[in-house]
Amino acid sequence: MAHNDPKEIVVISGKGGTGKTSITAALASFFPNKILADCDVDAADLHLLLNISATEKHDYYGGHVAEIDPDKCNSCGLCESLCRFDAIDVKEGKYAVQEMSCEGCKVCVDACPEKAIAWHPALNGAWMKSETKHGPLFHARLIPGSENSGKLVTFVREKAREKAIENKAPYILIDGPPGIGCPVIAAVTGAHRLLMVTEPTPSGLHDLERVLQLAAYFKVPSYILLNKADINKDYKEKTEKCAAQYGAKFIGSLPYSTLFTEAQLKGVSILDAFPDSEIAKELKAIAENLITHLQEEKQC
Amino acid sequence: MAIIAFSTSGDSQEALLDLRFGRCKNFVLCDVEANKFSVVENSQNMDAAQGAGIQSAQNVIDHKAEVLITGNCGPKAFRVLNAAGISIYLGEAKPIVELLEDYKKGLLKKADSANVEGHWA
Amino acid sequence: MNIAIASGKGGTGKTTFAIAFFLANQERSRLLDCDVEEPNVHLFLKGKVVKEEKVTLLMPEIDNSLCTNCGKCVTACQFNALALAGKAGVIIFTELCHSCGGCALACPEGAIKEIDTEVGSISTTLVGDSSELTTGLLNIGHSAAPAVIIAVKKNKPIKEVAHRIVDSPAGTSCSFVASVSKSDYVILVTEPTPFGLHDLALAIEGIRELKLPFGVVVNRISSPDNLATAFCKKNDIPVLLQIEESRLVAETYSRGGTLLDALPHLKQDLRDLLDRLSGVI
Repeated sequence: MAHNDPKEIVVISGKGGTGKTSITAALASFFPNKILADCDVDAADLHLLLNISATEKHDYYGGHVAEIDPDKCNSCGLCESLCRFDAIDVKEGKYAVQEMSCEGCKVCVDACPEKAIAWHPALNGAWMKSETKHGPLFHARLIPGSENSGKLVTFVREKAREKAIENKAPYILIDGPPGIGCPVIAAVTGAHRLLMVTEPTPSGLHDLERVLQLAAYFKVPSYILLNKADINKDYKEKTEKCAAQYGAKFIGSLPYSTLFTEAQLKGVSILDAFPDSEIAKELKAIAENLITHLQEEKQC
Repeated sequence: MAIIAFSTSGDSQEALLDLRFGRCKNFVLCDVEANKFSVVENSQNMDAAQGAGIQSAQNVIDHKAEVLITGNCGPKAFRVLNAAGISIYLGEAKPIVELLEDYKKGLLKKADSANVEGHWA
Repeated sequence: MNIAIASGKGGTGKTTFAIAFFLANQERSRLLDCDVEEPNVHLFLKGKVVKEEKVTLLMPEIDNSLCTNCGKCVTACQFNALALAGKAGVIIFTELCHSCGGCALACPEGAIKEIDTEVGSISTTLVGDSSELTTGLLNIGHSAAPAVIIAVKKNKPIKEVAHRIVDSPAGTSCSFVASVSKSDYVILVTEPTPFGLHDLALAIEGIRELKLPFGVVVNRISSPDNLATAFCKKNDIPVLLQIEESRLVAETYSRGGTLLDALPHLKQDLRDLLDRLSGVI
């Protein structure tokens, strides 16, 4: 294997609340020499289970935002008529950019006949590097409502990747965002493998199918882990069928368990909280299965 | 003859090939006839929110390369490079000078379509 | 009034709550599913689809007979949706296009025409006799979720009713902002866990930025005094309702049943809640 090409394993779920983050934290124990990254930048929770220390925090500027200089603006209104995002506010004849709506397309900046519109880097949030007993963790937080969450996802992936190359770590384990929108696309493109954590419910299955379509679109092979597998036998079978239909590998299942919540209340992963529990053993088997698969794959 | 572009995070012909195309830091360009190497920055793409591959392809095109040697090429970049008539060859993470020899000997595999990410073994 | 149902974290029962809230107040409300990446409400509310519409955005098309390959459109595009492939001309990637119109403005030859391009769809379902569910769906691979959400909110109902309940996407990104903005009230659904609380705090930050009134529903409680209620009390945030944890709810949900099927006593609480909220505004 090429030593400078760490493999990114991205854990996603489509639907929220399937246990994606809890399972990522548990899997972190098993992967040898890896870097961890939390790319659920809207609601980064992985650090709540990893007992982090030595956090370095940096401002994150992603994209740009337009700003109107009121002294130069002659209130011609051209910017407002051109903006497709309703991001120009007019109050008593004064024009201003509403930052939360500005997409950073630069149309107004280029169009303004008075050159009254500046083009600034936008402060979108912060990114952090922390130490955990399972290795370095890169995480981030987006200022609520900021644009560019996809870009921050890419940024966190990039930082984790640089560190993986530096540490010669073969794997990067990534807690991905829910959904199938731009942050997920940013987390999935160019990833090595996806691990989809789902549940046997109508919405779990429905969203799994959407995520599998996305994975197919970006040509990333997927593994599937079914959580809360025992709450509905019918949907368990349907999930297995769905996995087969999309050529995804069914990697294992876990029962409904309140231990996940109890571990969360303790601020550690289920493995650290309940190492001798049945579910910890099952997770271990799944992790070993997953790692064996990853190691056996032929390199291209 | 051709100008060949190599994706890399280094800045000379001794550097290793970066297997990523869209988010590589630099391109090392080789003018094969003159046997001259030069470096072009590609870092504007490293923090691109989207379409880094497209922008990288644009960069390669703008520098008049006719051949690209990289590790992985996604579907969008492939579409742009292919339309511009640039041939894409796939290499491993080894020094650029070695890959140049491999290329001259016809040892590198030509990409006929996007090869982004692996396939099941 | 417009009531948005949101939650920082996914999987707190936001959609489950939105459906129950709608069903309990069916004769006086309609439900809008603005979770356009993964609309799920229709899985639980059976009915007849009576209307389907496309959501389109203007995206560029190049007239090759006028294009001189000058590349000004490529430079203007901030989203890398255009590339100039030598003599082959300009290539467009509509899935990256944000429909800002910048390329058409930049083209000195007038060679770029903007045409309606499908990015998603909206369907209207009749639930029961006359109440409506409006569902937005984003096409896979597109990044234009806010545009589809805005279209859902602007979509004309078959029959006007007093209240609109908007099921918003989880998280605090631009899709969340598009869904909750201009609401009269936001109900945040959370669960009494560290994740739930952490993400609730983020959502509140976003809602405060938007200057919208809000309150909290705590789902899956094992005790009326819990992490979430303590947090709300400390921060002076109204707790609107608490719903007990029960495996029965999870099983009912997995069979496609609603919260009201599992806990019928909630119906009156949810009617009272809407009365209270309409009184507040």
